[in-house]
Amino acid sequence: MVGPGPGGGAPLENANPLVYRRSGERPVTAREEDDELPDSIDDREIFDLIRSINDPEHPLTLEELNVVEQVRVKVNDAESTVAVEFTPTIPHCSMATLIGLSIKVKLIRSLPERFKLDVHITPGTHASEHAVNKQLADKERVAAALENSHLLEVVNQCLSARS
Amino acid sequence: MDGEKDPRNLLVAFQIVRDLIAKNYALGPFVEELFEVTSCYFPIDFTPPPNDPHGIQREDLILSLRAVLASTPQFAEFLLPLLIEKMDSDLQSAKLDSLQTLTACCAIYGQKELQEFLPSLWSSLRREVFQTASEKVEAECLAALHALSACLSCSVLRSDTEDLLDSFLSSILQDCRHHLCEPDMKLVWPSAKLLQAAAGASLRAYHCVTSSVLPLLLEQYTKHPQSSQRRTILEMLLGFLELQQKWGHVEEDESTLLSLRAPVCSVVFSALTDPSVQLQLVGIRALTVLGSLQALVPGFLSPSDLELVVDHLIRLALHEEDSQSSEAAMEAAGSLAPLYPKVFSGHMVPRLEEELQSERQEESPRDHCSLQQRCLQALAAVSTHTSIVRETVPVLLQHLRKVQKGSEAGNAQDMVSVCQSLHRVALQCQQDAESCWYYHQTVVPCLLAMAVQAAMQESTHPLLGKALLEEEVLAAMVPVISAATTHLSPELAAQSVSHVVPLFLDGEVSFLPQNSFPCSFQPFEDGECLEAQRRLVALLMAFVCSLPRNVAIPQQERLLRELLALSCSCNCPFTATTAAKCFAGLVNKHLAGQQLDEILQLAVNRMELGLAEGPCRMQALTLLLWVTKALVLRYHPLSSRLTDKLLGLLGDTELGPAAADGFSLLMAESPDVLHKGCHADVRIMFRQRFFTDNVPKLVQGFHGAGPDVKANYLKGLSHVLNHLPKPVLVTELPTLLSLLLEALSCSDRVVQLSTLSCLQPLLLEAPQIMSLHVDTLVTKFLSLTSSPTMAVRIAALRCAHALTSLPTTVLLPYKARVIRALAKPLDDKKRLVRKEAVAARGEWFLLGSPGR
Repeated sequence: MVGPGPGGGAPLENANPLVYRRSGERPVTAREEDDELPDSIDDREIFDLIRSINDPEHPLTLEELNVVEQVRVKVNDAESTVAVEFTPTIPHCSMATLIGLSIKVKLIRSLPERFKLDVHITPGTHASEHAVNKQLADKERVAAALENSHLLEVVNQCLSARS
Repeated sequence: MDGEKDPRNLLVAFQIVRDLIAKNYALGPFVEELFEVTSCYFPIDFTPPPNDPHGIQREDLILSLRAVLASTPQFAEFLLPLLIEKMDSDLQSAKLDSLQTLTACCAIYGQKELQEFLPSLWSSLRREVFQTASEKVEAECLAALHALSACLSCSVLRSDTEDLLDSFLSSILQDCRHHLCEPDMKLVWPSAKLLQAAAGASLRAYHCVTSSVLPLLLEQYTKHPQSSQRRTILEMLLGFLELQQKWGHVEEDESTLLSLRAPVCSVVFSALTDPSVQLQLVGIRALTVLGSLQALVPGFLSPSDLELVVDHLIRLALHEEDSQSSEAAMEAAGSLAPLYPKVFSGHMVPRLEEELQSERQEESPRDHCSLQQRCLQALAAVSTHTSIVRETVPVLLQHLRKVQKGSEAGNAQDMVSVCQSLHRVALQCQQDAESCWYYHQTVVPCLLAMAVQAAMQESTHPLLGKALLEEEVLAAMVPVISAATTHLSPELAAQSVSHVVPLFLDGEVSFLPQNSFPCSFQPFEDGECLEAQRRLVALLMAFVCSLPRNVAIPQQERLLRELLALSCSCNCPFTATTAAKCFAGLVNKHLAGQQLDEILQLAVNRMELGLAEGPCRMQALTLLLWVTKALVLRYHPLSSRLTDKLLGLLGDTELGPAAADGFSLLMAESPDVLHKGCHADVRIMFRQRFFTDNVPKLVQGFHGAGPDVKANYLKGLSHVLNHLPKPVLVTELPTLLSLLLEALSCSDRVVQLSTLSCLQPLLLEAPQIMSLHVDTLVTKFLSLTSSPTMAVRIAALRCAHALTSLPTTVLLPYKARVIRALAKPLDDKKRLVRKEAVAARGEWFLLGSPGR
């Protein structure tokens, strides 16, 4: 592992993580181009919303770090429910709450209001998963967090497309 | 020079110091002081004031200071610690400046200056590349490392001094080598890039690095069985092998490379047979690298290796399921063929021909078709050398004849595929005069003969050989003949035209192969049974409109008259349109003078007659459009009269919409005639001129028009605007914007789409002007997001997204309203619409927020 050089920035928590391949763009089908036929919202569509969210520490996306996977996304369009499980890279990752918050904010901004969102840590993968899940499920805590301008700045940076 | 703040003075001061140093003034004890007074300005932090009359940019100061600091090795002992310190800075601009200055210094420094700082420099560079999020910083670090390595390689050594390059490279290897053994982890690529940057600096460095790294990578490939890991390893391997090309053929290298021959080849061939598509693609790329290595180190690939390569390429191109691998294999064959023409023409072409002709009964018709398609594409892709072209063209023509004689339903599509392959070969032949003439002489008479034969059979036996006369097949033949003609030399073209024109005008069939025909060929004569023959004027158009400009066409006046008559007939729209296009193509290149004026007058009379009344109004309009286009392109004075006529037709109830669409035809690039590639007379900025002359009339016409034809004027206007170069559009924008905004309220879907696609780039390029109308824009875009047509909703959402380029102060009052309104398209029934809504709404959320 590489340590920081003289006078460098604070050491990264996980300097050399495992990197996964990005999946390609979703191909457009003939059905999707037809004006009349409706397309229901499916797991892949939700996954596409969250996979390009940037990790706060590395120049990599949540997909490339395998923090989010398509199999851990479950959506039911008819019942308006979405459930997303995310897996922090290490069990004591201090960024877990921030990552969860970014996912939740992206979904709030990108889905119709009728959806109920459930964002939680993959069971058994984090030391404080219970506490983090509770925070993410509390709507008022989430709204209050977004009023904190520093926190909002970090969240927005995660959600912006990387230059 | 202390405390100087004026940038003009600083530039002069830096110039003075540079001059002092360049002219070799003895600096003596003042080296450190001179360094201190200049380096206190490093790194430059300067923002020019708005409306600066002197125009000095930050870049100017940076470059000037850099030239001072990097001007002499005497500064090294002071400069290098400064650079190392600034590389650790949090400011990206400081980092970049330090790295670039380091790269500049290495050009003049030597071992002596760098010696004590090498460990710290390497440690900083390594840390930056391993931890950075910015591609720019990474690129500059790699460039700096490259420069360091090059500098150390050039130093002259005494027999007892330590070889710094060796120790430098071994410290790099020590830190990076072990990461190459973990192809799944994040640091594998940064390590590989660092090693490649160091190795690429000089032959000596290359040897040192690769002798350690290449055997390691080859060993790792066998150790890691997973496809994704093997892909990473093979890509790294190729990165190193490609560096060899920088030094050309080197005697000493031969033995080292040859010793790696067997493992490298086995790794590449194993990648080609792997089921993973991504690994196959890297393997195919590796083949091209191996091929170029063979050119540098003869004997790297033995003849049996080459045959194995061809076998793999054929297998991947024809039988591999994934189309990406198939296409990549064909491209690789195309780039390797010129290097080994004998192997490819002797081995690959016969195999392809065999597969093409095989009649496999067990496969379903669909599989058989796609195998045929791939054979055709592969034959075209590999025709990148004259000798190979001479093999593949006869095969393709033979296949075309065979398909034409068949009687199955899918024949037309098959013929189109062969024509597409022939087109590709034609394009590849254009640069070489010998191939070009061979191709023209072989293909053009053959196609004409087949077409004439088919047309005659049609007249006598209506059922056989019908496929060739279908519009889509003739349309596919047009680019083939055109591409075969455009690059001919004038002498050869004249030779060819002396055969082709008499064929059509007088039925002279003697130059065609197999020229015994049942009846005479008279496409320009009247007669019901000659309908099929008349369609072949498409092939005449392809030939005669692609000729180089100074080739005289025999019997040109007679030809023009015949074409004019044909274009006004109304039996077959395809024939009439093609004749009109051919006429226009010839008129565009015709020499100015009395003859041209006479024929144009004839044309105008015909058009006016046709437009007045009767069944042929549509054909007359088509002729008008093409002739107008031909004249507009060459700035002929008659073009304004014809354009006025067209403008008048916008108000016509029957022809109005077609006339409006005609403006698109006038402005757009046409693929077969009247474009620069076929030597047409296209004057510069004809679109701008057309715009300036006619848009005021369009605007005037719009205001005076009745409600049911207003849409035609808007459609015409938006077509003209869509084809203007962006800078022109931006300057004209203030006058047109109100009209465009009105066009948004028009209920015609085509007008809406066309206006939205016109506005979207303008929002990005001219935000100041668009800001003045932000209220209207927001309202209209939001309302169009509920349009019944999907394409309009998507275009409106894209415009809403583009709105975020306007100044934030202008947009903030609308933020809440837009976000609320964009919630509705998030639930649109179409996924593509939802995708655009998410992008637009997300961007609006970030407006004015920290962290954007």
